[in-house]
Amino acid sequence: MPAEALSLIPRSEVPLATKDFKSDQEVRWCPGCGDYAVLAAVQGFMPELGLAKENIVFVSGIGCSSRFPYYMNTYGMHSIHGRAPAIATGLASSRRDLSVWVVTGDGDALSIGGNHLIHALRRNVNLKILLFNNRIYGLTKGQYSPTSEVGKITKSTPMGSLDAPFNPVSLAIGAEASFVARTVDSDRKHLTSVLREAAAHPGTALVEIYQNCNIFNDGAFEVLKDKQQAEEAVIRLEHGQPIRFGVDGAKGVVRDSLTGDLKVVDVTEANQSQILVHDAHSASPTTAFALSRLADPDTLHHTPIGVFRSTDRPVYDTLMSDQLDTAIEQYGKGDLAVLLTGKDSWTVAG
Amino acid sequence: MSVETLASAPTATELSAKTEQPVKTEQPVKEVRRLDRVIIRFAGDSGDGMQLTGDRFTSETASFGNDLSTLPNFPAEIRAPAGTLPGVSSFQLHFADHDILTPGDAPSVLVAMNPAALKANIGDVPRGAEVIVNTDEFTKRAMQKVGYDTNPLDDGSLDGYSVHPVPLTTLTVEALKEFDLSRKDAGRSKNMFALGLLSWMYHRPTDGTETFLKQKFAKKPEIMKANLAAFRAGWNFGETTEDFAVSYEVLPAAKAFPTGTYRNISGNLALSYGLVAAGKQADLPLYLGSYPITPASDILHELSKHKNFGVRTFQAEDEIAGIGAALGAAFGGSLAVTTTSGPGVALKSETIGLAVSLELPLLIVDIQRGGPSTGLPTKTEQADLLQAMYGRNGEAPVPIVAPQTPADCFDAAIEAARIALTYRTPVFLLSDGYLANGSEPWRIPEVDELPDLRTQFAQGPNHTLDDGTEVFWPYKRDPETLARPWAIPGTPGLEHRIGGIEKQDGTGNISYDPANHDFMVRTRQAKIDGIQVPDLEVDDPTGEAKLLVLGWGSTYGPITAAVRRVRAQGGRVAQAHLRHLNPFPRNLGRVLGAYDRVLIPEMNLGQLATLIRARYLTETMSFTQVNGMPFKAEQLATAIQEAEDAR
Repeated sequence: MPAEALSLIPRSEVPLATKDFKSDQEVRWCPGCGDYAVLAAVQGFMPELGLAKENIVFVSGIGCSSRFPYYMNTYGMHSIHGRAPAIATGLASSRRDLSVWVVTGDGDALSIGGNHLIHALRRNVNLKILLFNNRIYGLTKGQYSPTSEVGKITKSTPMGSLDAPFNPVSLAIGAEASFVARTVDSDRKHLTSVLREAAAHPGTALVEIYQNCNIFNDGAFEVLKDKQQAEEAVIRLEHGQPIRFGVDGAKGVVRDSLTGDLKVVDVTEANQSQILVHDAHSASPTTAFALSRLADPDTLHHTPIGVFRSTDRPVYDTLMSDQLDTAIEQYGKGDLAVLLTGKDSWTVAG
Repeated sequence: MSVETLASAPTATELSAKTEQPVKTEQPVKEVRRLDRVIIRFAGDSGDGMQLTGDRFTSETASFGNDLSTLPNFPAEIRAPAGTLPGVSSFQLHFADHDILTPGDAPSVLVAMNPAALKANIGDVPRGAEVIVNTDEFTKRAMQKVGYDTNPLDDGSLDGYSVHPVPLTTLTVEALKEFDLSRKDAGRSKNMFALGLLSWMYHRPTDGTETFLKQKFAKKPEIMKANLAAFRAGWNFGETTEDFAVSYEVLPAAKAFPTGTYRNISGNLALSYGLVAAGKQADLPLYLGSYPITPASDILHELSKHKNFGVRTFQAEDEIAGIGAALGAAFGGSLAVTTTSGPGVALKSETIGLAVSLELPLLIVDIQRGGPSTGLPTKTEQADLLQAMYGRNGEAPVPIVAPQTPADCFDAAIEAARIALTYRTPVFLLSDGYLANGSEPWRIPEVDELPDLRTQFAQGPNHTLDDGTEVFWPYKRDPETLARPWAIPGTPGLEHRIGGIEKQDGTGNISYDPANHDFMVRTRQAKIDGIQVPDLEVDDPTGEAKLLVLGWGSTYGPITAAVRRVRAQGGRVAQAHLRHLNPFPRNLGRVLGAYDRVLIPEMNLGQLATLIRARYLTETMSFTQVNGMPFKAEQLATAIQEAEDAR
């Protein structure tokens, strides 16, 4: 059974395969770029949705990741810098029979397009937004981005960047997002599982994908990828499960009774029962937000990945469509002649 | 002296009408005079309800069958400080027993609700005109606030005017004493008292206003009754008081109107209806992406009321998202529109360029206002022509259509949609504040008279590769129109990607090839240059004119009125008005060449003149005005006369 979010989208009559989603265009990212892994994961995952491929649309802005639509054999638009969420909003709100995906980057979504991103999230338009975060400007050759750590030495900041970074997950939760997740380019299994949940979510889903730029910011997420380091650095969130990580789950997240904030503790017999159980479906965004703040912006230690928040909230395009139906119920289907004539007309006889 | 001749020099048509003929009435108590036309200006504080009063008087006048034209004029502030000059709001209405073209130059009647309204407007009112003032507001303090050291009502400064001092507030409060209202609340109905008085004075039918008040205040019966009582009291006051010894009749403009059903309509309303009609005629859902901006917001308001026509309105987070959403909807197969004013166009420029590159239909409605920057939000100007023409990076041609009267906004919207849909291109619709808020009678078209705008989405492959494979090429063009196919998501087999990067001719794939870019730039230009637009029609009754007066957009009314005046004085002048600014009509060059001199009046510093000179190497004479107001016919007539005399 298709999820509710997909119920209006026509199904493919024949089973599709990964190759059906590959366009005939040569992929032109730098060799070794993390974007390849994401593209492969998305192309590999798409057949699983069972949707008619002509009803899938990828819309992107500008940046390395925004070339993504050219490589998907679906409908697609490579638009202008930062505006993909706005364009996709128009498409999704006028065509509820489409599965609309936005591909964007940290510069595209959080700098030039920050306004459109937060408003798409608050409206809860039926969009799936894949935010490729490599913490650098790649296409313009290596300036710091709004997610770069403070003090980043780049071409535009030879003495180090001055501005504090955004945490995209915190930002999205603060912007009333109904679905927020984070995953990593190289972990195909996790990436696919997050995509699956995002696709099934009715409304806007924001998926932050940590993506390695091997040219301008290589190794930015190494701490989360290196097996040994990752055990201590990565917190895997699973709905309904206690939030534990580290070797043999030796560490856990508990609520600090003094501040109400969350903190990481060594799990003991005594505190085991206090380990927070992850509730992605909580109506309140408070705990999800607190989880998003666990990560150290510089070292990325204690970075949660997985679905932070997945709650049901009215979907903009559904509401918009409902208003049209209601208007027809109340006033009948629009009659142009009646509209043009209005209430105050007069007739001039010949 | 007749009121009519005070207003301005009469036009040829106007001269044919007789003025000041006493007519017999059933009530011989008061004299009734017949006029061929009247210009009334209601003026008061922003909070005095002058726009509503003017609207109601206009509706009464329209239903009576006069031809009419209106000019609302109000400050950008919602409630500017009370009693100050910047806070004055006015509404001018010109109505006649014959066809008229403008809201009139000079009022024959001024209704001034306070000293500020008198001071701000009296300069436009010729001596001999009637001035009705609310004496209750002429307190020392109120007069000092606007710089009257002495009371203008008795210091002789209004000598020569026919002044009617009326304690409007007191009379209104008195009339409403049976209601349980404070003096302040009762006084609020003084605009209805004034409306009642003027309605009596000009024999206006009152049923419409009574019905209007009953509907508007249906949920507040006390307020409804109070307003009705004030309105009737104003009428009765006119009938009984000796101060108003004469009332006036302006007969219906029977000859001005061809057979048909009419209504009064403002430019923004006509434009909104044009968009709804275009969606209907194209059999496409209408999608508006917009961000509120004066003076365009009324279109967003209006379209949001018509969801039962399948109209989707999206109030975006900013101007860029407004057009972005519209473009997204266009990709999905909607008739997509964004509405804005000049500052909004500046923000939308990049997306307009994307639409040029994507070659999708999109309407960009620019209700021009005074600029630059924030400029004069509530005033009119035509200074966005060059922005519409050239305001984008790269070679990004966009067709431009400009309506010429409030009612014409309906047809212009449909024409803009025709071009957008036929040629798969963004199109500018350049209206302005004067058209947007002004109103005139409109002959309501029969729905089956409207053009068929249906278009065909791509359904299948359109190209055969060398190996015989059938494929879909998103940039393979129609050889006639050069339009590319519109293949909307959901169509099996036509999956394709488009974007702002240069595309290879035909396939639409990314291409950085120099020769291909050169070809694509020229092809996009050729597509716009090749748009079929009707030839420019020239009005040259004698065929002997040496001077052509050429205009575009909202100056049509004032220019035509001025040309009539010049011709009535024996001048030989040709007139033509451009609806299509890009591309120009094919015959424009020939038309320009047929006259010794070309005069171009514009509410900017000569933008059309610049385009004409660049395109045809024709030297023209510019007559320009950028004071936020439409041209006055008299002023223009003088300019035309001077241009005609210049040899």
